[in-house]
Amino acid sequence: MTFTAVFLQLLDGFKMTCLLFFVTLAAALPLGLPICLCSMSKFLPLRWLSKVFVWIIRGTPLMLQVLIVFYGPGLLFHAKLLPRVVAVLIAFIINYAVYFSEIYRGGIESISIGQYEAGQVLGMTRTQVFFKVVLLQVIKRILPPMSNEIITLVKDTSLARVIIVLELVKAAENLVATKAIIWPLFFIALFYLAFCGVLTIVFNMLEKKLSYFRG
Amino acid sequence: MNMLEVTGLQKSFGKLKVLKDITFSLKKGKVLSVIGSSGSGKTTLLRCITSLEHADAGVIRVNAETVFDAQNRKKESAAEKRRKQLAVGLVFQSFNLFPQYTALKNVTLAAELAAKEREDYQRNKKQILAEIREKGLRLLEQVGLSDKANDYPWQLSGGQQQRVSIARAMCMEPSILFFDEPTSALDPELTGEILKVIKQLAATHMTMVIVTHEMTFAREVSDEIIFMDNGVIAEQGTPDQIFGAPKSERLRVFLNKFSD
Repeated sequence: MTFTAVFLQLLDGFKMTCLLFFVTLAAALPLGLPICLCSMSKFLPLRWLSKVFVWIIRGTPLMLQVLIVFYGPGLLFHAKLLPRVVAVLIAFIINYAVYFSEIYRGGIESISIGQYEAGQVLGMTRTQVFFKVVLLQVIKRILPPMSNEIITLVKDTSLARVIIVLELVKAAENLVATKAIIWPLFFIALFYLAFCGVLTIVFNMLEKKLSYFRG
Repeated sequence: MNMLEVTGLQKSFGKLKVLKDITFSLKKGKVLSVIGSSGSGKTTLLRCITSLEHADAGVIRVNAETVFDAQNRKKESAAEKRRKQLAVGLVFQSFNLFPQYTALKNVTLAAELAAKEREDYQRNKKQILAEIREKGLRLLEQVGLSDKANDYPWQLSGGQQQRVSIARAMCMEPSILFFDEPTSALDPELTGEILKVIKQLAATHMTMVIVTHEMTFAREVSDEIIFMDNGVIAEQGTPDQIFGAPKSERLRVFLNKFSD
């Protein structure tokens, strides 16, 4: 099998990896916010509910969550199986939204109360204080942990293969199984490295962009 | 005319009574200093008057308008609350500048946001913003920081940051300006520049309430002084009365600690 043929087949897998990554990111980033707000809610039942939810999602392997979303509805309710990619995406989005929510919470709670009070005595509304005063400071502070989590997501997409979603690792495994060549399995590391390299550059740029202020 | 009237103010945190029936008033254009040891309730008093805390009992009137009445905490609209909030300005001990904005933007941000509620904002946006900017620059000049308008807080010394925060509070044109230990977070050699700015404000007849540990300054700048002890006003009078002829033993002991 020529290098080009292998490469093209791996590229197919990489496309799926990219799809999983970007869709998960696009959905989990905003979804983390309501979870975060629930975790900080003054209404106790809501707070406890979200704390338990966070505990369950963080306390079980992502791979297991993928399996449960895919097989669970069928086993419990005899429902029709979800399309594999959809099941993976649901599990990923929930899992990452939970992790993001905790990072958001840490960021928001790290802002000193004085910032809110300064806004209040200047007659700003709570919304104005959040969006005009607090938000950018939070973004600056959570950028490093978010970068970390997002780079982890790149590699976590490989868990999709447990329900036979043809992402990069699965594509390489198929080549190993059918063509009796092992090198593609190692070669795919380059895809991940390149992807994470680009992300690292982007995050560094963002951090630099926000380095004009401190605090 | 009384600019500030505080009547029967009480505040507890849990079982701890921090303010026990505080009553005093302040005439327009006068400067009042509040002195007393840590934990005497000075800062809590300030935070209650500036709505950062809600008192359990009492009435607060600013400029003849009731801004707080514990008996009658009717549901006010958020806009109404903010309008009353603006009657008082507050300068914090730890400045609390907004780190992501320049000195000028720190001063003008709240005014710019408030201007958006004006009905002619869309039509005269450019002119309104230019006016606010002018005002901000004028205030920075007043506190001696014209050349720092475009600096960010981290580029400024503590004293400069505190002067920006004074300009920021002034930009909303409060009826009374409150200072919560404005020099306590500063190196001793930087306190002078803050005290100078406050003196300049006093000369313009700005009504001010200053919680401070700077006794010499309090004596110089104030028209009246309140000595707080254990949640009550233990003694009240002119600087000469308080410093020259303290009546109570507590005040004498307190003042002695500063004369060393």
